[in-house]
Amino acid sequence: MQDNKKRIVIIGATSAIAEHCARLWVENTNVDLTLVARNAEKAERVATDLRVRSPQSVIRVLEANFIAPLAIQKLVDEIVAEGIVDTVLIAHGSLPDQDVCQQNLTECNEALTVNSISPVLFAEAFAGHMQKAKLGTLAIIGSVAGDRGRKSNYVYGAAKGLVTRYAQGLQHRLANTGVKVLLIKPGPTETPMTAHLKQQGGLAKVEDVAKVIVNAINQGKPVVYAPAKWALIMMVIRHLPQFIFNTLDI
Amino acid sequence: MVAISSWGRLGRFEHEVVGLSDRHQVVSQLKSNPIGIAHGMGRSYGDVCLNPNGVLWKTTGLDRFISLDENSGNLVCEAGVLLRDIQRLVIARGWILPVTPGTQLVTVGGAIANDVHGKNHHGSGSFGDHINSLKLIRTDGSIIVCGPNLLPDWFAATVGGFGLTGVITEVEIQLRRVTGPWLSTETIAYGNLNEFFHLADASEADWEHTVSWIDCVAKGGRGLFMRANPTDSIEHQEPKSRKLTMPFVPPISLINKLTLQPFNTAYFNLKKRQVGRSAAHYESFFYPLDNLLEWNRMYGPKGFYQYQCVVPRSVGHDAVQAMLKEISRSGEGSFLAVLKTFGNRQALGMMSFPQPGVTLALDFPNLGERTLKLFERLDTIVREAKGRIYLAKDARMPRDLFEAGYPRLAEFLKYRDSGMSSALSRRLIGH
Ligand SMILES: Cc1cc2nc3c(=O)[nH]c(=O)nc-3n(C[C@H](O)[C@H](O)[C@H](O)COP(=O)(O)OP(=O)(O)OC[C@H]3O[C@@H](n4cnc5c(N)ncnc54)[C@H](O)[C@@H]3O)c2cc1C
Ligand SMILES: NC(=O)c1ccc[n+]([C@@H]2O[C@H](COP(=O)([O-])OP(=O)(O)OC[C@H]3O[C@@H](n4cnc5c(N)ncnc54)[C@H](OP(=O)(O)O)[C@@H]3O)[C@@H](O)[C@H]2O)c1
Repeated sequence: MQDNKKRIVIIGATSAIAEHCARLWVENTNVDLTLVARNAEKAERVATDLRVRSPQSVIRVLEANFIAPLAIQKLVDEIVAEGIVDTVLIAHGSLPDQDVCQQNLTECNEALTVNSISPVLFAEAFAGHMQKAKLGTLAIIGSVAGDRGRKSNYVYGAAKGLVTRYAQGLQHRLANTGVKVLLIKPGPTETPMTAHLKQQGGLAKVEDVAKVIVNAINQGKPVVYAPAKWALIMMVIRHLPQFIFNTLDI
Repeated sequence: MVAISSWGRLGRFEHEVVGLSDRHQVVSQLKSNPIGIAHGMGRSYGDVCLNPNGVLWKTTGLDRFISLDENSGNLVCEAGVLLRDIQRLVIARGWILPVTPGTQLVTVGGAIANDVHGKNHHGSGSFGDHINSLKLIRTDGSIIVCGPNLLPDWFAATVGGFGLTGVITEVEIQLRRVTGPWLSTETIAYGNLNEFFHLADASEADWEHTVSWIDCVAKGGRGLFMRANPTDSIEHQEPKSRKLTMPFVPPISLINKLTLQPFNTAYFNLKKRQVGRSAAHYESFFYPLDNLLEWNRMYGPKGFYQYQCVVPRSVGHDAVQAMLKEISRSGEGSFLAVLKTFGNRQALGMMSFPQPGVTLALDFPNLGERTLKLFERLDTIVREAKGRIYLAKDARMPRDLFEAGYPRLAEFLKYRDSGMSSALSRRLIGH
């Protein structure tokens, strides 16, 4: 790549969390950034902003199919063919309404697909290339919701739980290869995904979550809670005995 | 529903908050919601940015830059971008926002809607004077692009239009040239109002920024006059950003009868040590309180009012003197009291606050009836002086004073969006 810019790829680049990570990256150095999104026009607005922030960075947008395995493979192969990728952030996801998922299997299927299968396919496609190159950082955004199933959002939680298990396995596979795999578990954060929620108090600021993520990527931490306090909270939740857990309305 | 308060923390009110984050979705978001009002950083002190039990269109997600021409200083951005983020981006490239208020933690949209002023009003006017164009979205779905040379009547209604003409989504700002982040400053102590006005007049021609802190507890009106000019000296270190947060809301206001006098005297003496010439980074000169996050909490759970008025210069001395007297008679007083002259120019907004004269801004802990009674006596002085009260700070002015202070109200109302309403508009306009 020209003048050794760090090469970063973001999948789901219109996500508010991902966009704030990108801002931090271009603020620090000039980067070569590929923004992958399902809607190129929306991603262009993100790219335009980043170009103003960092005229020397190279930023481009790719529109992609997020479901079809062959299309994902092809897209990733093409990206990697242009040069070694230093960092991949897989950020897309959507928060479904649990009640709707219980009543409508089509919605349930979509929620499971976009939150688990799709990110796993992207990660899998990059992992092979990174393993060959013996370098790179692959960061996937999961969620605290994947730590324990609960009645108010277990379809989403199950999908994020799948990502957790997947990341664990991939970390095992790529241990000692020079490739780092990170699982990021944000707590509730103020982004468009949570905008419709009635209870808005206590949401983390997206800037703060992005800072934690970018730092963790620099340090290559395997599992990151963002903000960090969620590590403790989720440890408690994971270890609550079933009979107590069942009495909670969460 | 989410409980929201404005900067004065006079109350927490339930709102249905609708986040705007994609500028291309705003039309449909406005159309599908009943009556609401735009809300930026909520840095207004009173109820201008509130709509209890109704919709707030939160604009802070509209925070993208669109273009920056480094040759001409023309910046286009979304309306939820913070002035802080603009400053940090453009100063390194030789540009600066021509006008900023005493905090940079406000949105571009909020700065236009209140047509905010800074310490350089005499030379640079208010925020609206530097806007080339803006895009306004109305609740009926129509889109209006206006500026000083394009639908200028819509522009004059929207600048200073306290959110009532629609939601601003995109803005084109003319930046101004600067050589760096440094200012050369001078602080001068004054002993009475005559000296203040003398200093203000003497500084207008040669100093870009002027402001003063006045001790409204001490008799006579002593204070400190600060003035500054940009400088290209670069022998200084960038300030380390040391952010402190007021960690909790104390059970009672920390600013009260017992503390006020010692606070003001201590502040006066502390600042007096800085009398003379020196250099300052723009962030510490323009936004001295921004590193003390949530300082508004120090007024306790009942919150506080800011009373800011402007009175014409011809009666400025007497009116300010009379107000200071009323305040000292009431036994209440203000820790943060700012006295500043405005330049001799009319603002372009129909409802803009700045007008030629002198402006006094005072913070008072909310002591209920007692505080409101004092304001009534101050209102009498403002009314007689033919002055006006700043909507960005107001939570209580009577309707007749509003109507007297803002003579272009009837003209302005022709441009109002009937799908927009705030607690302030209901209080002062009736709907
Ligand atoms: C410490 C401090 C110092 C200050 N110093 C000064 C000063 O020196 N000079 C000065 O003039 N002011 C000053 N202010 C007041 C402040 O600059 C204004 O209240 C400003 O308008 C706040 O901007 P905001 O983004 O917080 O808007 P909000 O307070 O959230 O909203 C203000 C108004 O703008 C409207 N609005 C917001 N966004 C939009 C949009 N996109 N489209 C249409 N309408 C919109 C709202 O409906 C509301 O009417 C100060 C405030 C503080 C807290
Ligand atoms: N916000 C939180 O509280 C929170 C908490 C824990 C974990 N997370 C996780 O953090 C990640 C980022 O979320 P965010 O908070 O930044 O939310 P966001 O701003 O709403 O972004 C969601 C992203 O996912 C994309 N997306 C949604 N549905 C899609 C689909 N069916 N196919 C393809 N892409 C789709 C969106 O694309 P469009 O822009 O085109 O819609 C957008 O890029 C997600 O994985 C989320 O699960 C968020």
